[in-house]
Amino acid sequence: MKRRFDLPTFLVGSAAAFVLAFIYLPMVVVVVYSFNPDAVNVFPMRGFSLRWYRMLLDDEQLLAALRISLLVALGGTSIGLLLGVPGAIALARHDFPGKRFLERIVLLPLTLPGIVTGVAMLSFFPLIGVPVSLLAVLIGHGTFLIAITLTQVYARLRRLDPSLEEASADLGAPPITTFFKVVLPNIKTAIIGSALLSFTLSLDEIPVTFFLIAGDNTLPIQIWAMMRRGISPEVNAISTLVFAGSIGLILLGTALGGRDKE
Amino acid sequence: MDTAPAAKASIHAQTPPKRRALLFLVLPPALWLLCFLVLPYLGLFFQSFLGTNDLGDVVLEPSLDAWKAFFTKTLYRSTLLYTFKIALTVTSLAVLFSVPLAYFIAFKVRRGKELLYSLIIVPLWVSYIVRAYAWKIILGREGILNSFLQWAKITDAPVEAFLYSEWAIIIGLVHIYTPFVLMPVYTAFEQIPRSLVEASKDLGAGRITTFFRVVLPLSLPGVIAGGTFAFVLTLGDFLAPVLLGGTDNLMISNVVQNLFGTSNDRPLGSVVGIVLLVVVVALLETTSRAEKSFASLESGRGRGGLGAQPGSSGRSPHRPTGGAR
Repeated sequence: MKRRFDLPTFLVGSAAAFVLAFIYLPMVVVVVYSFNPDAVNVFPMRGFSLRWYRMLLDDEQLLAALRISLLVALGGTSIGLLLGVPGAIALARHDFPGKRFLERIVLLPLTLPGIVTGVAMLSFFPLIGVPVSLLAVLIGHGTFLIAITLTQVYARLRRLDPSLEEASADLGAPPITTFFKVVLPNIKTAIIGSALLSFTLSLDEIPVTFFLIAGDNTLPIQIWAMMRRGISPEVNAISTLVFAGSIGLILLGTALGGRDKE
Repeated sequence: MDTAPAAKASIHAQTPPKRRALLFLVLPPALWLLCFLVLPYLGLFFQSFLGTNDLGDVVLEPSLDAWKAFFTKTLYRSTLLYTFKIALTVTSLAVLFSVPLAYFIAFKVRRGKELLYSLIIVPLWVSYIVRAYAWKIILGREGILNSFLQWAKITDAPVEAFLYSEWAIIIGLVHIYTPFVLMPVYTAFEQIPRSLVEASKDLGAGRITTFFRVVLPLSLPGVIAGGTFAFVLTLGDFLAPVLLGGTDNLMISNVVQNLFGTSNDRPLGSVVGIVLLVVVVALLETTSRAEKSFASLESGRGRGGLGAQPGSSGRSPHRPTGGAR
């Protein structure tokens, strides 16, 4: 192995290190300053304290927002799974009129800016009897989480040989049995992965929620409201917890879903 | 894009029990998406042709006022152009940042590659609001950057210009959207057969020539996919301009937000929303075509034929799912 100094590699390496630092530095700053004993975030930090975490535990509004966010994420993820998985099977395994249309429609919440979806729902939902409320937020989340689950499970089904299912049917298994014994075991990890992804995305969603929320804030909207009131290191503490939570979910997702990637 | 498997399945789809199963599978999601997605988008389109009363509330009367206002008032055109400018800057910087890091991980790292790659993927899913907030405390007047500069005796008074400026928006957005570019660019680099790189070097090309003549052209579909992501996501962003840009640097999505909020002119807000939608759809169509044409170059039809590649035929695997913002 030659280990002599090599200018192009050194330059590319430095640029890479710079970019990695750029991506991580802000998040490190938030985590470090969540232990800031002072009320202002200045350099250098004087000491170490858990006072902002203690303050979080007494912040009723924030805890309520966390509860609401968890409920919406749970509900939205369930809607996504209950409607997205059948939809994926239909698109991957059947032909029906309007299939092309459905394929395109389902991608819209993922490709169009969230704000367009948000204002469209804001204008339309009250007309069908859904006022601006947590129910509207739940429907909004459910809609884009159907898209998430459907695309993820669809991708997995496309890689799964349909002759397996045909063999099962030829051997006399009814469709339900074929689904539970043949299809489900093969798409299980895709379902778990999309559920965790859905949960994470729902917990973090702002553009659609912003327009459909009535008064009971979700966690990101509550953080946004706290930020607009002014900077409080309490936001550092809740951000650190959100950060730790998202990383936990991602690690769980890769541990559960990554094992059978090609 | 659907070939043999779909056709095979369709033969079986004719039998009645299968058709009933199909209805059971497809009706719930189709109806849900119709009610809660298609109709709202159509509603937005219709709303753009309605008028308002004195209070600014929508009335059921056909009117072209909103469209006229959009095309005559310069505010909307100039905000749209300003937004394009910001989006272009953000996209260029995100690509500029992504290429060296992705290249380094794909070609230079031998041990711990998976770990490094996960490190660039993780921020994709880390809370948007937390990342925007981070820049606020770093760039603020009494923020960490200013206090650091004063502590290091580089400046003796806080620099006002960091936060609430165009550059604050750009830095924040580049930070938030770079991982979206990194992922497809890295995937593209990884898919380049190492034999092509070696062949280029064997034929006497230097490393820099090899990078610009072989590696970069082959990774173009990934660069285009990632760049499109950054551009589209920036167009739809209304939080960063408010949090980091203050009141003077509003982007097109802030206009939509205001028209549906404090300004209360929903027909006009719908017009701007529809324009945004059309721009995004047109952009996605164009770039997905561009990706395909570059992908077909790979398979040997253009540019003197770079040899057929297994595993990179036509369909682009570069699009990370779940860019739902």
